[in-house]
Amino acid sequence: MRRGWSRSLLAVLAGTLVLAAACGGDDDKSDTSGNAGATETTASGVDGSITVFAAASLTDAFGDIKEAFEKENPGAEVTFNFAGSSALKEQILQGAPADVFASANQSNMDPVKDAGKASDDKVFVTNKLEIGVPKGNPGKVTGLDAFGIDNLRIGLCAEDVPCGEFGREALENAGVTPKPDTEEADVRALLTKVQSGDLDAGLVYTTDVLAGGDQVEGIEIPADQNVIAKYPIAALSGSKESATADAFVAFVLSPDGQKLLEKRGFTPAA
Amino acid sequence: MSRRRRTTGDRPPWALVPLAAVALAFVAVPFVALIQRVPWSALPELLREPVVTDALRLSLVSAFSATGLSLLFGVPLAWMLARTDVPGRGFLRGLVVLPMVLPPVVGGAALLFAFGRFGLLGGPLFDATGILLPFSFSGVVFANTFVAMPFLIVTVEAGLRAADRRYEEAAATLGAGRWTVFRRITVPMAAPSIIAGAVLCWARALGEFGATITFAGNLQGRTQTMPLAIFLDLESGGADRESAIALSLILVAVSLAVLIPLRDRWLAA
Repeated sequence: MRRGWSRSLLAVLAGTLVLAAACGGDDDKSDTSGNAGATETTASGVDGSITVFAAASLTDAFGDIKEAFEKENPGAEVTFNFAGSSALKEQILQGAPADVFASANQSNMDPVKDAGKASDDKVFVTNKLEIGVPKGNPGKVTGLDAFGIDNLRIGLCAEDVPCGEFGREALENAGVTPKPDTEEADVRALLTKVQSGDLDAGLVYTTDVLAGGDQVEGIEIPADQNVIAKYPIAALSGSKESATADAFVAFVLSPDGQKLLEKRGFTPAA
Repeated sequence: MSRRRRTTGDRPPWALVPLAAVALAFVAVPFVALIQRVPWSALPELLREPVVTDALRLSLVSAFSATGLSLLFGVPLAWMLARTDVPGRGFLRGLVVLPMVLPPVVGGAALLFAFGRFGLLGGPLFDATGILLPFSFSGVVFANTFVAMPFLIVTVEAGLRAADRRYEEAAATLGAGRWTVFRRITVPMAAPSIIAGAVLCWARALGEFGATITFAGNLQGRTQTMPLAIFLDLESGGADRESAIALSLILVAVSLAVLIPLRDRWLAA
């Protein structure tokens, strides 16, 4: 009995050691495949696959950009991670494998730069807020004052998400104390609830109203109340496909890229 | 039935030990990692913050409500599935566990299409009564129940199938009515599985996130449960990240405080 137990104990110890070794392996980032950059920039453009972390409001526009970019660079492949910019920033700071970051505001780009994960960023488009209402405007919303009315069902983005930050700024400009029924984690989640008619109004971007199609109508916000959102983009310094990442950023800033973004309701800024 | 079922001195086959150790480590390591990140000094202050107390209260009330509703409606359904020959029983069984395999966000969207303002039932309900489930606390309970009830049903059904039918038959031959047999024989005999199912259901409801945020939205004091508060804090990073970790610890502590005594009791039953 005694011997049996000590053997079991040994087995447990061995198991723990294996686990510890596996955990330790995570830390060494020695796998620098140095030839990744060398073989690129052939005649037919860049190749390799990159992951682009982009604000949720860019979902449709960047889908178009990907298509055009991959057509121009047949060897390249772009995959996306769309979410609220604050979530993306957090993921990048925690070491998520991203090659490009496109944020919906500067305040989520700056920490990424401060952490040394990006060196220079450029504003590539601007966007402004608009009130999204379901088709037919059942709540008879006419302006930002609707967001202070109790018996309307209205939604904002959560405070830390860019659309939430800008939305509160616009409401403050209009002198309205909002009474939201929900504070959504990103702008597309908010748009979905306007589309389904469950919210009478949501404070979203102009581009989202466009993306909402027939099911969403937009009510413009007067310029003196509205907030202009500036979107910065940067190739990230940890990228293993930095040539492709740089090329993607360049494409977004190019006349072709800007045209695609404009088609989705953004204002070109490059 | 002995009160303590502990079997002493069972020596495990040696092959089981390393595998069991891996399983244990796999569960334990993330918790150790979480605890190691807890900002202990900030904890008492965080516990007094309205965001935290609101979320904790909503989480507990909604999880217990969902468990209550699941017991009320789920146990009868489990009985039907275990004991009757309803046509298409295999199909029904699959339907019942659907919320377990469905991504919760999809479940939340389905709830919105069913009970939302223009939903299949939600539309007529609103037109008739003015009641809206999305963005309300009832919506949270709905989402929790939808996702958690299958755990109760599956467990109770398995318990009923494993139960010895002869006691029920004996009671019936002695003249007990069907309701009396159910109440006095079936339920007490299935009690361990009912408790186990209720505990699973409660635990699942407490951690529910996807269906809740999709169907009920997110508003502090009304629909923001602990998992939602943790998620939003975690996403924004910085100091909020610390509070997210502290909130996670509180959620873990609350779950353990409820689960451990119950677990002992149902194992002893």
